[in-house]
Amino acid sequence: MTDVAFKDQMNEAGELLTADGVPLKQKLAITTRRARMRALLLTAPLIIFLVVSFVIPIGQMLFRSVYNAAGSNVLPNFAVSIQDWDEQGLPTEQMFEDFVKDMQLARKNRITGKTVGNLATRVNYEIPGTRSLFTKSSRKLSKVTEGPYKEALIKIDKKWNDPGLWIALKRVTKDITPYFYLAALDYKYDEKGDIVAADELYQIYVSNFWKTLRLSATITFITILLAYPVSYLLSTLPLRTSNMLMILVLLPFWTSLLVRTTAWIAILQTEGMANDILVFIGIIGDDNRVQMIYNQTGTIIAMVHILLPFMILPLFSVMKTIPPSYMRAARSMGATPFTAFRRIYLPQTLPGLAAGTLLVFILAIGFYITPALVGGEDGLLISNLIAYHIQKSLNWSLGAALGTILLIIVLVLYWLYNKLVGIDKLSFG
Amino acid sequence: MDRSKIKPKHLIFATACLIVFLLTGSASVVIGFVFLFGTPMFFMNELPPYATIGERVWQYVYLTICTLIFVFLISPILIIIPLSFNAEPYFSFTEGMINFDPAAYSLRWYEDILTNGMQNPLATGAAWWSDMWENAQWILATRNSFFIAFVATVLATSLGTLAALGLSRPEMPYRSAITSLLISPMIVPLVITATGMFFFYSDIGLAKTYTGVILAHTTLGIPFVIITVTATLSGFDRSLIRASQNMGANGWTTFYKVIMPLILPGMISGALFAFITSMDEVVAVIFIADVEQRTIPRQMFSGIREQISPTILAVASILVAISIVLLTTIELLRRRSEKLRGLSQA
Amino acid sequence: MKITKFLASTVLGAGLLLGAAVANAGEITVVSWGGAYTKSQVEAYHKPWIAKTGNSIKSEDYSGGTAEIKAQVEAGNVTWDLVDLELSDAVRACDEGLLETIDASTLPPAPDGTPATEDFLPGTLHDCAVANIVWSTIFAYDKSKIANGPTTMADFFDLKKFPGKRGMRKGPKPNLEFALIADGVPAADVYKVLATPEGVDRAFAKLSTIKDSVIWWEAGAQPPQLLADGEVIMTTAYNGRIFNAVANEDKPFEIVWDGQILDLDLWAIPKGSKNKELAMDFLRFSTATEQLAKQASYISYGPARKSSGPLVGKFNGKDIDMGPQMPTAPANLKNAVQNDFEFWADNQDQLNERFNAWLAK
Repeated sequence: MTDVAFKDQMNEAGELLTADGVPLKQKLAITTRRARMRALLLTAPLIIFLVVSFVIPIGQMLFRSVYNAAGSNVLPNFAVSIQDWDEQGLPTEQMFEDFVKDMQLARKNRITGKTVGNLATRVNYEIPGTRSLFTKSSRKLSKVTEGPYKEALIKIDKKWNDPGLWIALKRVTKDITPYFYLAALDYKYDEKGDIVAADELYQIYVSNFWKTLRLSATITFITILLAYPVSYLLSTLPLRTSNMLMILVLLPFWTSLLVRTTAWIAILQTEGMANDILVFIGIIGDDNRVQMIYNQTGTIIAMVHILLPFMILPLFSVMKTIPPSYMRAARSMGATPFTAFRRIYLPQTLPGLAAGTLLVFILAIGFYITPALVGGEDGLLISNLIAYHIQKSLNWSLGAALGTILLIIVLVLYWLYNKLVGIDKLSFG
Repeated sequence: MDRSKIKPKHLIFATACLIVFLLTGSASVVIGFVFLFGTPMFFMNELPPYATIGERVWQYVYLTICTLIFVFLISPILIIIPLSFNAEPYFSFTEGMINFDPAAYSLRWYEDILTNGMQNPLATGAAWWSDMWENAQWILATRNSFFIAFVATVLATSLGTLAALGLSRPEMPYRSAITSLLISPMIVPLVITATGMFFFYSDIGLAKTYTGVILAHTTLGIPFVIITVTATLSGFDRSLIRASQNMGANGWTTFYKVIMPLILPGMISGALFAFITSMDEVVAVIFIADVEQRTIPRQMFSGIREQISPTILAVASILVAISIVLLTTIELLRRRSEKLRGLSQA
Repeated sequence: MKITKFLASTVLGAGLLLGAAVANAGEITVVSWGGAYTKSQVEAYHKPWIAKTGNSIKSEDYSGGTAEIKAQVEAGNVTWDLVDLELSDAVRACDEGLLETIDASTLPPAPDGTPATEDFLPGTLHDCAVANIVWSTIFAYDKSKIANGPTTMADFFDLKKFPGKRGMRKGPKPNLEFALIADGVPAADVYKVLATPEGVDRAFAKLSTIKDSVIWWEAGAQPPQLLADGEVIMTTAYNGRIFNAVANEDKPFEIVWDGQILDLDLWAIPKGSKNKELAMDFLRFSTATEQLAKQASYISYGPARKSSGPLVGKFNGKDIDMGPQMPTAPANLKNAVQNDFEFWADNQDQLNERFNAWLAK
């Protein structure tokens, strides 16, 4: 009989209707969609902002790691014709003519980014020592007005007779290149165009990635060792005392990274306090003070100090929730303090431990400022190499390739963090 | 600098600094000693009567270790304060300082903050002040830092709060993906962010401008605002919104009268985080700022690299004082927030 | 691109207001290496030019390299008008189209009428740059700390004879040259040897013998500081910086000229400078015979013009004859190497990589 009572609010299909005659299901879907849109709209300005200020810049940088148009910018015609070359012997006369004319035009126009110098720099990455071959030859080429261009070019410098150079030029005039990733992984092209490992004396990147990972792991491990007891203490003390002590953790957290780095320079340098104290106590003599900074030791000490709060805070927030009665129960059932800790307490702190470990590790592998200031020569991390290529050597594509690899490592860890801990668990203080 | 040429205004500024720092400095020494020797006893929880001697010894060892770790955390920050009053251009305590010889202490590095870069540090009156305001390097850096941090904070807080309001709605779609995106500026290594911005901002003409630096700092401050504001909103009782609507309030009124007062502590602490992030940020500044936009951390960075002098320590001490003030503010806000939320739960 | 720019700018209108501060008319930005060197330029070039023309100069410091110029030119936002560049950087930047070309025939002739193109020392005029000084990298020690001090480059590498830390510039240049000279290669053959893989190995092997005792410096102001602080007992340095510490601060430093590497500093104008004409005027003014000679009385770098040589007198305000302090003084040139910019342009990237790999070991 209830069916009859709802009769007015139903359509032929037997669906419930709202007051304005729309099926309830549909109406609900509309309302939900609207609510979803409203929520999304609130976040939209920020998302748009971040896309412009953050996502596009990084995307563009990723693109730069595989895209380098120096070759085809300078040699537009040659870039097309050389692709038909079978890499046997030397390219054809037509290709040589294109090359010479492109070079002459580039020298005449001197457009920023499209000069012979840009091409020379690009080729020089792949075949070191060829820069001046291009710049010098281009000066002499201005006198060459007619063919045969092959002979003319080889007369200027017989290095142009080397097929390896032309194979490199064929590669370089393609805009999309894997070269910078090869270089970032300590590989290179040999003169036949095959991929081979770089000479051991010139390998720096892979070992630096490992060093960065190793140092970050060491630093993370030390922060765990230091943070665990302190967090435990903080979580067991009465609220008033632990709040007081928390200030000792939060003050460093709030203090400028540069201030803290400066402080460690003041303390650890050879004429600094740490050495003064060691000399005063008599552990070392005044004339053989210990080198504690401008090396890996300095980097580790300063970074542990800077990252320690990032380990303490998540550990503390997890430990706070563990009732002390569990441990007492274990003890009363006959467990030794160590067993009780290992079997009861430690497993419950694992979420906090995972959060802190991943966070500290992620932050550590991207560190730049502290290693740059106190790292000396052996304390430099991958970030410093990236900065070096962006700011000093100007091999921007290589810097971008190194950056992309670092970014991938970080994003994998970030994803893991999200899976294991959840990004919404992140908090400060 | 010639000792006899010190101006009264140097002294006013410097004495103020001295008073603050002697207080904090001496307090820190006392606190340090108390910690090192007294705290293990002080923290000692009452051990259960069945505790063995081994456990008692372990308890004492454990507390000593903890004390040492606290000393490790705090001492570098406090030590630079007395060091910044060194009369000598060194980074360590001189004999005279240890013996509390007044001559071994001086304010010369604080003066240097004011006068370094001035065209005519010997001028008097208004000329001196305007010269300092216009030309002293640290003053210029300070002005830049505050301007950039202020604008970046306002932007990050308004955009971030809005987004956090959206994120905390139960019907928010793709919540975790979007949160991950919004938090990512904190996770992506700064060098990568700065490099990307350097290329892109150069292309669109924003490199070497205040706009570029502000954009960068806003981006870096956003995750902090998102985290703190969503944390406040997570304890937010949504029935309050319905109650307000029930009583006839429209969306804006509900926001201003109900939501805003409750999330304000979260917003302010998010804003403070964003502010301090900008004040501390140097990598993006290195990559995308010009000398014109030089900030305090940038100035410190080149100072440390090129000609390290205790002026850096003096600046660092002032920054520590600022962080103490900010930390106190945050702590008070947190308590207020807890109180408010405690009320809403009751 | 336009749209994103517009968006970004409107969002941050407030920021733009300050960012787009318009430079005063008649102001150029001159960028140089800072410290005593910039000061000598300010005294000898900037002040007289400002007095003569009524324009103003904004002086900025940098620490070398072409990164900044490249970024500015490629971004189309050139804020530097004149830059003091090292030779290899000037040549490379010119090749890459980052600098304006400079017609050397428009430079003022010597007082006796000799055209500028003949008055400048050989190799000091380039397509895009005009040299103002000849400087050199030498090594110096504190004679109050070492009695019978080192006299040759070999001594610098001799840890037995002179134990203690050394300061060196962080980078392969010119340390590889120094290493070869110390290893017995005659100055004239240094680049011939270095052009071979064996030569590079030999240089690195020699450097390895002192690697553990080296403190690496980056900015020119650091080495005198390192010496003064006693952090090192000897250090490579730019000769003018050491001279400045001796003449102005009475430091007991002694320069060893054996194996010095001569190099040039050149004025260049970044392509697209907004004040090109003014910068050119300043460039012409500052590279005139009189100005170059005047600069040499403030810092011990040799003027790039022959006609300036005889005009160089005493150090400003003190009784120090500048002649013998110049890298180009005959007594100092006995075992000197002229920096080969082409070698470095060709091999810089590769040797930097190897140097970094070597450092990290």
